[in-house]
Amino acid sequence: MAAAKKKSNAEQYLRMYRQMMRIRVFEDNANQLYLSAKMPGLTHMYSGQEAVAVGICEALKTTDRITSTHRGHGHCVAKGGEFRPMFAELLGKADGYCGGKGGSMHIADQDNGNLGANAIVGGSAGIATGSALSAKRLGKDDVTVCFFGDGALGQGLLYETMNMAALWKLPVIYACENNLYGEYTKTEEQAAGDLTARAKAFGIETHIVDGQDVLAVNNLAQKLVERCRKGEGPFFIQLDTYRYFGHHVGDINREYYRPKDEETLWKTERDPLTNFAKWLSDEGLVTKDELKEIEAEVKADAEAAVNFALDADYPDASEVTKHVFAENPSGL
Amino acid sequence: MREITLSKAVNEAIAEEMRRDPAIFLLGEDVAEAGTPFKVLSGLVEEFGPDRIIDTPISEPGFMGLAVGAAMTGSRPIVDLMFGDFLFLIMDQLCNQAAKTHYMSGGKLTVPLVVRTNLGATRRSAAQHSQSLHALVAHIPGLKVALPSSAYEAKGLLKTAIRDNSPVVIFEDKLMYNDKAPVPEEEYLIPFGQAKILREGEDLTLIATSSMVQVAQKAADLLAADGISAEVIDPRTIVPLDEDTLLASVKKTSRAIVIDEGHQSFGVTAEIASRLNEKAFYHLDAPVLRMGAMDVPVPFTPALEDLTVPTPEKVVEQAKRLVAGDMIHAA
Repeated sequence: MAAAKKKSNAEQYLRMYRQMMRIRVFEDNANQLYLSAKMPGLTHMYSGQEAVAVGICEALKTTDRITSTHRGHGHCVAKGGEFRPMFAELLGKADGYCGGKGGSMHIADQDNGNLGANAIVGGSAGIATGSALSAKRLGKDDVTVCFFGDGALGQGLLYETMNMAALWKLPVIYACENNLYGEYTKTEEQAAGDLTARAKAFGIETHIVDGQDVLAVNNLAQKLVERCRKGEGPFFIQLDTYRYFGHHVGDINREYYRPKDEETLWKTERDPLTNFAKWLSDEGLVTKDELKEIEAEVKADAEAAVNFALDADYPDASEVTKHVFAENPSGL
Repeated sequence: MREITLSKAVNEAIAEEMRRDPAIFLLGEDVAEAGTPFKVLSGLVEEFGPDRIIDTPISEPGFMGLAVGAAMTGSRPIVDLMFGDFLFLIMDQLCNQAAKTHYMSGGKLTVPLVVRTNLGATRRSAAQHSQSLHALVAHIPGLKVALPSSAYEAKGLLKTAIRDNSPVVIFEDKLMYNDKAPVPEEEYLIPFGQAKILREGEDLTLIATSSMVQVAQKAADLLAADGISAEVIDPRTIVPLDEDTLLASVKKTSRAIVIDEGHQSFGVTAEIASRLNEKAFYHLDAPVLRMGAMDVPVPFTPALEDLTVPTPEKVVEQAKRLVAGDMIHAA
């Protein structure tokens, strides 16, 4: 990469770094809320996979849309979500993105194009593909990214919808986050053959990228998003990555399915934040103090947002029957 | 007034709404040139083109899922589900996604879509093409359920369904596609949650849905010949359900039979009977009776299939026992 281009892109790089840091810090706080029994239910941590969500979402416009998964906090932050309504939603408060009715597994942020996390594995493949069909039909150039994990490769819905997306050349990108485990089982024990061969069978162009390298992810995403806008979609990306925590926050003793030294290897040698920070420093795009400042700012934001959410009100009891049905125009 | 078939009424409803609103499109299996196996949609692709009348692969969960996503993002899709039996294939997308999205998002996302499908046995189509599964859908909060009983109802209810901002499943009786009824040329809508009193009576109330409305009306004719006056009511939608009209009728007649082609156990008849018992108990002279389809998979052979659904004769038999007071000591 030419030095001049790097300089001109410095602002964008720092934004990506900040966004990845925001995800990491958000999840650390979510984990603390769980461990201190302040959060109802449980949650699935995105820590370790930050470069995937940020690398892709930084290639999208606000009007572009994403669908997310049960491990969805990272996608929500990366697509423009704010800490306060996110933490409030995790705590079931009225100020949450969904008024407390969705929780961790259903955060949706329509204003930023996030059509929602989905607690059915692979369940959003139809929604994402339908969103792309809608955009094409209504003459918009918006692109939809369908985030899903390797576990979703076991779901038939994905193949039905990829087939239609390919037949109808829909502007959708299937982003398969291969974090090596579907719940408590290794991917190789769940998915036969080559992961990308599935999409290739439909004539969909596929790519494999290092999901811990935010620049690699972002460069690929930018190219594919622009090609989608020109009608060259759909595309399928396999992003190799790793989740630092267990399947969910309560999955603590996990050596029976995942060795500790494997976790240590990914966390020490392949951490997307550490490696990107080192690259930014080596290229002279940022000082160590500036990096520390970003981290401190994000942590302060998170602390304030957690306190806001803890102090926020629960929804009024009258809310329980609201939004079962959408309001209709008068006369209907 | 002109008379048209139920099939034509559905076709007109879709065409009129698609002319009115470009956000509407229709998708499903063999809906374009083929016009569906029942030929209900013939001519629509010629007027609206293949971008709005979309033939899909044989992938019910997939195209149902696409409809949910399209509905969340500015389109108003109509899903053509060839047989009601295929509801089992789309259950996750219908019940976990479409039904819950508005609520789970705190009202931020809406899913204005219609699933057009059908119900009804005695077409000699056996157990996987004959079920009446509307109770399954009605059980899930967030879904509206319309059950037209004639060409007139089919057109008016479908137009309302298309304009509704929530997911609606509308079940047509597949034996009724060629039945004609008076349908006005001018536009009309039938509001959801308003039952229709088809016949006034004094001695008992027959509450019947969809395919069973004709059965109830024939039974009422037979009962009239024997001096028994039956009121016949068609709820038209079961979600929302017009309880007030049903309760007012039962309070007047003191007796009721609920007739529906879904399986009798845990079904629509049970729900309506239970509400009447809860809210009109002291007005009743007899237990509210239920008549649904037998709790067996629908058999192929006509010799057995015809036994499984309520008939006018069976309704008359139960009605006479009810009026005679036999039921009080039946237990």
